[in-house]
Amino acid sequence: MTTFSFDGEEVTAEPGQSVGAALLAAGYRSWRTTRHGGAPRGLFCGIGVCFDCLVVVNGRPGLRACLTEVRDGDVVSSQEGAGRDHLAC
Amino acid sequence: MDVLVIGAGMVGAACAYHCAAAGLRVTVLDRGGVATGTTSGGEGNILVSDKEPGPELDLALLSVRRWRILGERIGADRLELEHKGGVVVARSAPALAGLADLTGRQRACGVDAVDVTAGDLPALEPNLTRDVTGGAHYPQDMQVQPMLAAAALLRAARDLGATVHTGTEVRGFLFGRDGAVTGVRAGSGDRAAGWVVNAAGTWGGEVADLAGAPLPVLPRKGFVLVTEPLPRVIRHKVYTADYVAGVASDDAGLETSVVVEGTRAGTVLIGASRERVGFDRRMSLPVIRELAAQAIGLFPFLADVTLLRTYLGFRPYCPDHLPVIGPDPRVPGLVHACGHEGAGIGLSAATGHLIAQTLTGATPDLDLAPFRPERFAA
Amino acid sequence: MTTSPADIAVIGAGPAGLAAAAAARGRGARVALLDSAGRPGGQYWRHRDGHNPIPASLRQDILAGHAVWHVEVEADGFVLHTTAGEVRARTVIVATGAYDRQLPFPGWTLPGVFTAGGAQAMLKGHGVPVGDRVVVAGTGPFLLPVAAALRHRVTGVFEAGSPLGFARHPLAVARNPGKLVEGARYLRALHGHRIPFHTRTAVVAAHGDDRVHAVTVARLDRNRRPVSEREIECDAVAVGYGFTPQLELPLQLGCDTRLDADGSLVATADEWQRASVPGVYLAGEVCGVGGAQLSVVEGAIAGAHAAGARPRRSLLRKRAALRAFAAAMHDTYRVGAGRPADDTIVCRCEEVTVREVRESVVDLGATDPRGVKLLARPGMGLCQGRVCGYATACLVAEACGRPVTAADLRGLAARPIAAPVTLGNLAEGVEDA
Ligand SMILES: Cc1cc2nc3c(=O)[nH]c(=O)nc-3n(C[C@H](O)[C@H](O)[C@H](O)COP(=O)(O)OP(=O)(O)OC[C@H]3O[C@@H](n4cnc5c(N)ncnc54)[C@H](O)[C@@H]3O)c2cc1C
Ligand SMILES: Cc1cc2nc3c(=O)[nH]c(=O)nc-3n(C[C@H](O)[C@H](O)[C@H](O)COP(=O)(O)OP(=O)(O)OC[C@H]3O[C@@H](n4cnc5c(N)ncnc54)[C@H](O)[C@@H]3O)c2cc1C
Ligand code: FES
Repeated sequence: MTTFSFDGEEVTAEPGQSVGAALLAAGYRSWRTTRHGGAPRGLFCGIGVCFDCLVVVNGRPGLRACLTEVRDGDVVSSQEGAGRDHLAC
Repeated sequence: MDVLVIGAGMVGAACAYHCAAAGLRVTVLDRGGVATGTTSGGEGNILVSDKEPGPELDLALLSVRRWRILGERIGADRLELEHKGGVVVARSAPALAGLADLTGRQRACGVDAVDVTAGDLPALEPNLTRDVTGGAHYPQDMQVQPMLAAAALLRAARDLGATVHTGTEVRGFLFGRDGAVTGVRAGSGDRAAGWVVNAAGTWGGEVADLAGAPLPVLPRKGFVLVTEPLPRVIRHKVYTADYVAGVASDDAGLETSVVVEGTRAGTVLIGASRERVGFDRRMSLPVIRELAAQAIGLFPFLADVTLLRTYLGFRPYCPDHLPVIGPDPRVPGLVHACGHEGAGIGLSAATGHLIAQTLTGATPDLDLAPFRPERFAA
Repeated sequence: MTTSPADIAVIGAGPAGLAAAAAARGRGARVALLDSAGRPGGQYWRHRDGHNPIPASLRQDILAGHAVWHVEVEADGFVLHTTAGEVRARTVIVATGAYDRQLPFPGWTLPGVFTAGGAQAMLKGHGVPVGDRVVVAGTGPFLLPVAAALRHRVTGVFEAGSPLGFARHPLAVARNPGKLVEGARYLRALHGHRIPFHTRTAVVAAHGDDRVHAVTVARLDRNRRPVSEREIECDAVAVGYGFTPQLELPLQLGCDTRLDADGSLVATADEWQRASVPGVYLAGEVCGVGGAQLSVVEGAIAGAHAAGARPRRSLLRKRAALRAFAAAMHDTYRVGAGRPADDTIVCRCEEVTVREVRESVVDLGATDPRGVKLLARPGMGLCQGRVCGYATACLVAEACGRPVTAADLRGLAARPIAAPVTLGNLAEGVEDA
């Protein structure tokens, strides 16, 4: 079993699972809001095509949750908009 | 019909709008779609900052005033017109000295150019590299979304009675007994017109040839990089002092002097290279690598940012780097508005305004002599 | 990392790419088999534990985690720029497959709405069902394995077309008895789990605030207009209207493309799977959607021919039969453009609505999808039009009062950067960066 945190909650995953699959299994459906409408989004295509499942992993924004393999101890968090608000000026 | 405009790019759209607003009956023909020529292959900078004193700077200053008026009449939003200003960065003592000399001469022509120290730059551009020597701030520089602006001006022209026919190629001209142009031969049939405006951009030379009045307009290729969407991370249009040299250069080889800017959509645009390689549409990795490297040099955070796409266009340039604007004395009835090189978006508002003044018999706000079509004959 | 040049680089390690690589290697060629994914198998083989369909002889040739973002043509071959370095080869076989095709409907952006393939990938690849009450919808035979795999978790299957259309193609069906058996097996499985299978019925809206909790399904009349509607509760939707071939690399290479019978843009291959560009082969769904079996056969032909051998006649016969079946399938499951309401989102990335797309035609004078993209931004976001390209092309053509053309789709499918790459990686190697 692999354990990681998502927005501060502990989540377990099977080894080899993607962040997206693990979040889905844990009951989460969305972990991102859109830039314009602020609408919730999560997995859609499941294979890296749609870029809807963006998530922040260990501080890196913009990763596709469906393609990113989860590792023990990962710190995963929701992404607001472009996920780079620290650069906004 | 009074005026037939060939080309529905930014320049043709500005001509059509200003002529229609001046009460002329206008028809626009384009073999492609609305704004699908070079206007869709460039950026939307409206710059006074990159111009040496001279006729092009005079035209740019007039254009900045005309763009403000267009923004008020049509709606800044519909053009995505932003008065964001430009920042030019010098990264060595000689570059800074060159820049200070330029700003001094520009100020004498009425440009609002403010010299800034290295210490002032972070306040203007918080994400800029700290490795700078100094710079200049140009509050008059602006930006539009070129395709939207062209489409919106054509829309406004249509509201004033103009008609626009896309998918219609001009293949020849009609002449009267006196040799004057009386219309064009188009894909959809002959069309009579009192004046024919050649706003065919990079293809302006081909169109001029059809009328028997050659013009040396040639393509100068450029690439633009587009990043993933970001929050507002860059406030102005930012470029290095080397850019001015690159713009004016006669070197046929590759030049890249990067301009970085944010857009309303959130993407950052990184442009642009300059190459004289004809109409070669191939992607060139060395060029886009170089643009990426230079952009990171200005804004180090860009190293972690994803490239979304690249696109390219062919600037219409003349040997002396000035556009061709005004009636052609060689062929009465033929008027040119083409060859604006890397500044056709910025210069379009003034160009359309001057063409409308000329065709309605008003005195143009600017002496058109430097832009006259027959200047190349020799 | 730069490896020494291979004879043949195969891009994509799905059924087509694996078959191509095996055939080429079997004839002595030095092969590099690249895939962006961390494991080979493509969209079809998602071996979770244990059974691995990848031939042992191939394993050393596989370069996993190599997403090709750009291909360059050089005098003596090709340079593949990947997220894990450059790979050079004299010949390339493009086998990049396809992804689910979508027709927008109100609510399709709600969390809990998945592509049919995505639902399958979650289940087969990760062991995670997308929901407990799943509505499976769209068109085509692929809905059946998706529903059969989710079993008792499926609330209903809503097929916009009707498999009865196969009756119009008795020969194509007779040449592929296996397909009939397969279809019957899936239908039996649905029956066994008491899953209702509705034909000529489509999901026309999804409802919910921050996740889907119900859908509206509608019977479609002969003109595909919704006639009677009802609401169905669910916690997930798996929807797909066929597949869209992944064409950025063939387009970068300058390969000819055409409109296929299912309305998709596909790359044009000759009888030996050669593209129009010398040194380039195509295999699998990039040159027409037809299922994993067809991909394997095309891969085997491409791999053998690229390695200088003559592909076996039996392979050519098999390909002809499978293609005939694919053509019958495309004819049976025709995809209409749909007529989504004005405030439906078309482009998920840039949140562009149907209204904005139509207005850029009517108000701003755009005459093709590329023009609309530049004015209203559908296809300008992170996915670069992969998801909304087909629907945008249909909407624009409809607003212009004409059918969709290959040029329309090409205008939205050309992507000079085929996979995400950071500016920092791009700039590497440039002095003074
Ligand atoms: C990379 C790059 C970056 C740039 N950045 C900027 C910038 O920041 N600021 C700026 O001001 N400028 C910029 N430019 C330059 C600017 O894009 C051009 O100067 C401008 O678009 C020219 O507009 P146009 O209307 O003259 O030409 P086009 O937009 O090319 O329009 C000409 C039209 O004529 C039509 N046509 C041609 N022949 C015929 C015929 N025989 N019959 C019918 N129709 C015909 C064509 O189809 C075309 O639509 C850039 C250019 C490039 C390539
Ligand atoms: C999400 C999904 C799930 C599916 N599940 C099933 C199923 O369960 N059963 C079934 O019968 N059919 C399924 N299909 C249909 C399936 O696509 C085909 O039947 C079959 O997999 C096609 O084989 P292929 O080799 O042509 O392409 P694919 O199997 O799609 O293989 C293409 C490969 O190319 C790689 N690739 C693409 N672009 C690049 C690039 N730029 N650089 C490097 N690598 C790249 C991809 O990662 C992929 O591994 C599914 C389709 C999708 C989209
Ligand atoms: S779900 Fe589409 S990219 Fe991850």
